Amino acid sequence: MTARAAREIAPGMVVNLGIGLPTKVVDHLAADFPVCLHTENGLSGIGPTLAPEHADRNLIDAGGAYVSTVPGSAFFDSAVSFALVRSGRLDLTMLGAFEVAETGDLANWKIPGRFSPGAGGGIELAQKARRVVVLTTHVDRDGVPKLRRACTLPVTARRCVDRVFTDMAVIDVTRAGFVLRELAEGVSFADVAAATDAPLARPKGEIPRF
Amino acid sequence: MRLPDKTSTMSEAVAHITDGATVMLGGFGVPGTPFSLIRELVRQGQTGLTIIKNDANEKGMGVDHLLANGQVARLITTHIGLNPRAVAMMNAGEIEVEFCAQGILAERVRAGGAGLAGIVTDIAMETELANGKMRIEVKGAAGMVETALTADVALIHAARADVFGNLGYDATARNFNPLMAMAAGRVIAEAETVLPLGGLEPDAVHTPGPFVDHVVAMAGISEEYEIVRR
Repeated sequence: MTARAAREIAPGMVVNLGIGLPTKVVDHLAADFPVCLHTENGLSGIGPTLAPEHADRNLIDAGGAYVSTVPGSAFFDSAVSFALVRSGRLDLTMLGAFEVAETGDLANWKIPGRFSPGAGGGIELAQKARRVVVLTTHVDRDGVPKLRRACTLPVTARRCVDRVFTDMAVIDVTRAGFVLRELAEGVSFADVAAATDAPLARPKGEIPRF
Repeated sequence: MRLPDKTSTMSEAVAHITDGATVMLGGFGVPGTPFSLIRELVRQGQTGLTIIKNDANEKGMGVDHLLANGQVARLITTHIGLNPRAVAMMNAGEIEVEFCAQGILAERVRAGGAGLAGIVTDIAMETELANGKMRIEVKGAAGMVETALTADVALIHAARADVFGNLGYDATARNFNPLMAMAAGRVIAEAETVLPLGGLEPDAVHTPGPFVDHVVAMAGISEEYEIVRR
């Protein structure tokens, strides 16, 4: 899934990778791939993650990982960091999700009574990145579909998700709802439809595999 | 002419904080958190504090000491997920927590520091964070008012300071520090290195000295500032 999601990143983009699965996408980019990675806590041009013995105590990403710079990196304060996000300079963000609705609504910050740590920078990323893609397992630990007609949890932002990468499929969020684009090896359209709690459109012709 | 010397001891500077004060704390995780000033605040024991900080640090660090010591009444923040004590105290009603989108917290602080009453934004308008906030239409677009934030005192961590209070930050330790250094009635900066006047090149100054009231030289880099091994 992360290898497939890495192909979503086009040369020249400014990209923010959310905490969790999205962070792993960077492992699939070639060392010389032309991209600028941004992190909310004030760095554009994120370099490789470092082991503790090689880390700089003042240089982390928003998830707390010790990262490095690359030639051309820049540091800035938190207001500048989100000015970059809100003003449309962020071409793409990859986020995790609890739920994605067929309208593109995203819920990924709060489970009332169980998990309410605050949204951090997630609301602005979801609401203002030019393209929002979600990386998630297709169903949760209890087997409940994460792709649904409507979110049951408090939303992070409405009508924001463009595409979802799961362990089963690549699915676009369109005005007409979820549309299947690609299938994982060994998974059928019927498998994906059964694991999705909303109508899933199937384009004509053979569905590509990833 | 000579620029004034604002160096102070840690205890004298922090003694300006009163019970019930609103205190801004710089930092995003470990980098930029003024751990030494927080330690002194814990030692002095002022209570009923409203703390404004991006996060609540982690167990045994920074804000966590203030929480454990019962000094915090209210927390304005963006994310406290790495501090189970903060989450538990919030759920038990022992502290009041106001969550804010991260960039909006930054802008509210910046507005406070810039002498503005607030900002208008569409961020989080369709979430529960919009509850109770004033709606307003600007140039045909829907927005809501986020009020500016100011504090009685801001505690700042700088890598470098000169004795006048010009400050320089390192790497991602900058984060909320230069914003909060503009937004409080009294600004106290701890610095890893305190230089004489002229020790910071004018172009290397991230926070200009007129914003800063007290410069405190740190006794050293304690364990809290070091690499966290998870």
